Amino acid sequence: MNLTIAALLAQDGVTNGAIYALLALALVMVFAVTRVIWVPSGEFVAYGTLTLAALQLGKPPGTIGLLVGMAIIAGLLEIWSCLAAGQARQLPRRLTLWTLVPLAIAALVDWLAPLQLPLAVQIALTLAAVTAMGTLLYRIVYQPLAEASVLVLLIVSVAVHFVLTGLGLWFFGAEGSRTPPFSSASFQLGEMTVSAQSLLVVLTSVLLIFGLYLFFGYTLYGKALRATAVNRVGARLVGISPNLAGSLTFALATLLCAFSGVLIGPITTIYYDSGFFISLKGFVGAIIGGLASYPLAAAGALLVGLLESFSSFWASAFKEVIVFTLIIPVLLWRSLVSRHHEEEQ
Amino acid sequence: MTLPRRSLFGPVAFAAVALLLAIVPLTAPPFWVTLGNYIGLYSIVALGLVLLTGVAGQTSFGQAAFVGIGAYTTAYLTTRYGTSPWLTLPMALVMTLAIALFLGFITLRMRGHYLPLATIAWGISLYFLFGNLDFLGGYTGLTGIPPLSLPGVELRQERHFFYLIWTIALCALWATDNLLDSRPGRAIRALKGGLEMAEAFGVDAARLKIIVFVYAALLACISGWLYAHLQRFVNPSPFGINQGIEYLFMAVVGGAGNVWGAVVGATLITLLKQWLQDLLPKILGRAGNFEIVVFGVLMILVLQRARDGVWPWLERMLPKRSKHVMQNATTLPARSRTAHQGQLLEIDKARKQFGGLVAVNDLSFDVRPGEILGLIGPNGAGKSTMFNLISGALPLTAGDVRFRGQSISALQPYEIARLGIGRTFQHVRLIGSMSVLDNVALGAFLRGKSGVVRAALRLDRKEEARIKAEAVCQISRCGLDSHTFDAAGSLALGLQRIVEIARVLASDPQLLLLDEPAAGLRYQEKRDLAALLRGLREQGMTILLVEHDMDFVMGLTDRLVVMDFGEKLAEGLPAQIQSNPLVVEAYLGGVE
Repeated sequence: MNLTIAALLAQDGVTNGAIYALLALALVMVFAVTRVIWVPSGEFVAYGTLTLAALQLGKPPGTIGLLVGMAIIAGLLEIWSCLAAGQARQLPRRLTLWTLVPLAIAALVDWLAPLQLPLAVQIALTLAAVTAMGTLLYRIVYQPLAEASVLVLLIVSVAVHFVLTGLGLWFFGAEGSRTPPFSSASFQLGEMTVSAQSLLVVLTSVLLIFGLYLFFGYTLYGKALRATAVNRVGARLVGISPNLAGSLTFALATLLCAFSGVLIGPITTIYYDSGFFISLKGFVGAIIGGLASYPLAAAGALLVGLLESFSSFWASAFKEVIVFTLIIPVLLWRSLVSRHHEEEQ
Repeated sequence: MTLPRRSLFGPVAFAAVALLLAIVPLTAPPFWVTLGNYIGLYSIVALGLVLLTGVAGQTSFGQAAFVGIGAYTTAYLTTRYGTSPWLTLPMALVMTLAIALFLGFITLRMRGHYLPLATIAWGISLYFLFGNLDFLGGYTGLTGIPPLSLPGVELRQERHFFYLIWTIALCALWATDNLLDSRPGRAIRALKGGLEMAEAFGVDAARLKIIVFVYAALLACISGWLYAHLQRFVNPSPFGINQGIEYLFMAVVGGAGNVWGAVVGATLITLLKQWLQDLLPKILGRAGNFEIVVFGVLMILVLQRARDGVWPWLERMLPKRSKHVMQNATTLPARSRTAHQGQLLEIDKARKQFGGLVAVNDLSFDVRPGEILGLIGPNGAGKSTMFNLISGALPLTAGDVRFRGQSISALQPYEIARLGIGRTFQHVRLIGSMSVLDNVALGAFLRGKSGVVRAALRLDRKEEARIKAEAVCQISRCGLDSHTFDAAGSLALGLQRIVEIARVLASDPQLLLLDEPAAGLRYQEKRDLAALLRGLREQGMTILLVEHDMDFVMGLTDRLVVMDFGEKLAEGLPAQIQSNPLVVEAYLGGVE
């Protein structure tokens, strides 16, 4: 390996790592607020890419069917829970939120899909549709389980991963998609050729992370989520609804996932089931941060990206083995340094 | 002394299932025999997950990888070196043991969710490793694995294999069921109720979790070894992460709280998968493993609506287990109580800081043998922190705690329990689904010796009878006789607190630490509790009581230590304390 190849691999690694970092942040956030180990996050990454790919071809994406289905299920659940609790007066508001809004997004995507609008609009549509799905997922699956143990929530997450993978095959088909790059420009940086695409990915990730920082640091909702993460009961006592916190977290996290999907689309071919490994790489990063520290999680994800890109050069057949085995030394290290008394849920 | 009779339900159920299984290969068509073989193999794996997930509250998505280790070890050794399959089984088990110990060691010492995540990662890694190693045949795998043979028979036919698989499966069920009804079994069940409680009775929780994980891994390995010789070829695909997830689904759908849940779950999922793989392509008009959608939805519904799975629902239709206590067993020998010169417990300038907050500020006091000492103070005075410093739940920042002259400040909670300090919890920590008898028997954990192997093989019955007799004795000492077989969670709070005291008495403590035992009790319940504690003192027990209910402690304690803002405000007889102006001011607020 010479320096040029190393520089190229490093560039690849950082680009992928930036995307994994977004995911790792989403995973830490979801775990902190809702205690859900969100294994199916990767499916939303794949949905993001596949939706954008369909829009670029002017085809209505499979997302529409999924979104409509989830909106109907959520609507039925709302009708059921409102009637059971004798709160029929709240029903119109809740139905608007959980059924009509998602249906409107689906209709909009369906209507605009054949027009092949500019990329920015397509990305906006993708993000809206996928984010709506993630939020609905919280309502349908996790909200009824809000009091369950971490273990139950984890098993449920794995079950959701199964369901979303199967549905992905049905709605998007078995073929992979790759979206055209945002920009094909590249420029010299000393000896190194830097593609504008990579730069764009890293820059967008950094901007998003900064945006998150602002959201959590300076907005009321962001602070409410942080409060919930620190102490669920306490947050509830000061009037932060756990359902609001949960759905808001899922909305934000899915937005990050969908964004990752948009960013990764031009780099790798994405299939309906590609998401699982992507999310697990995010998890390896998140675990490096102990599922708690945002900066460490992002750094960990970057390390995963670099490791992946270098191992694909040296031993491409063992790429996944190497990346997933990284978790072993990480856990060993954490287990040796962490105090015995980490209290459990 | 007579040994306890085993309840009728167990042997009858086993005999019935065994008989039913014995006639299957003789009468059923080959297809069903094949299916039966797979159900048996899956049941063995799911059984390990029942213990790990349903009972111990940990989980693994990587069991398929352990199955793979079992299958590949025998496949490689028998085809390459012609080793006898009966020799490869122990080799595979040793290999699995080593890997499981390592994985368990790095994940289970931490409290968190690292084990399941690590098992996902390791399950995937191993799959790719199998697929990419040339000596294991890559993705095509290894063929030509010899059949198993017993003296006189070669197990080439599925029908013959059926007997082998189910003999092993039933043995595993029997052993696991035995294990659950034993000293280590109670400790395993206690893990789910919070490690703090288990450790307070001397359970080394981290070690026990690793043992359970290893047990589950070994079962998976046996299943894999059988699989290799049944199929006579192996490739990586049945050992991937999806299969690992399906094993967990089997345990959860079947009912992860009971050994039969594993069989029910394996049967249901296997049949459902078979049926869906026929049905779905016809309905959908497309091929693809769409059955995972159904499995996933099923799983979500089970966990949302019926978290205990199918088994409890089936169990209701079966005759109930008879409840019995062995009468004539002797109780356990009590600890030798050589008189200790001086104080029983000495707190010497104990200090605890949380960051900048000094919760306990260089506090010193002693507990004399045979007295009831009350540690009281207004809310936030640092009483509970002090309590946790003695029980080992929190480490001291500075200072020392000595029990019978020996420093205990550096010991883990389970080591402190071994010395003879027993405790109760401010928020009752019983295993709600377990009977009062079993909960109290858990208290006697340190007074028994039987380990997992003895328990699984049922060699522990003599000791178990004595533990149970001891528990019955303590239950009756606390006046709970009529509730012996009730589920602990079904009792009123007042009674649950008494059960906690019975449980700690079963550990034969020399010093009893009670954390707000009267909190949440009604007037009459408080009086009963006070009477019980007085009775214990008369029998020579030393008690340290943390409480903020003044009425309760005044009539009961011999001496009081009053804390406020982490410091000792006063110490003396109850009457002195009552008239101490500083105490009155701390409790009622001073006059400006």
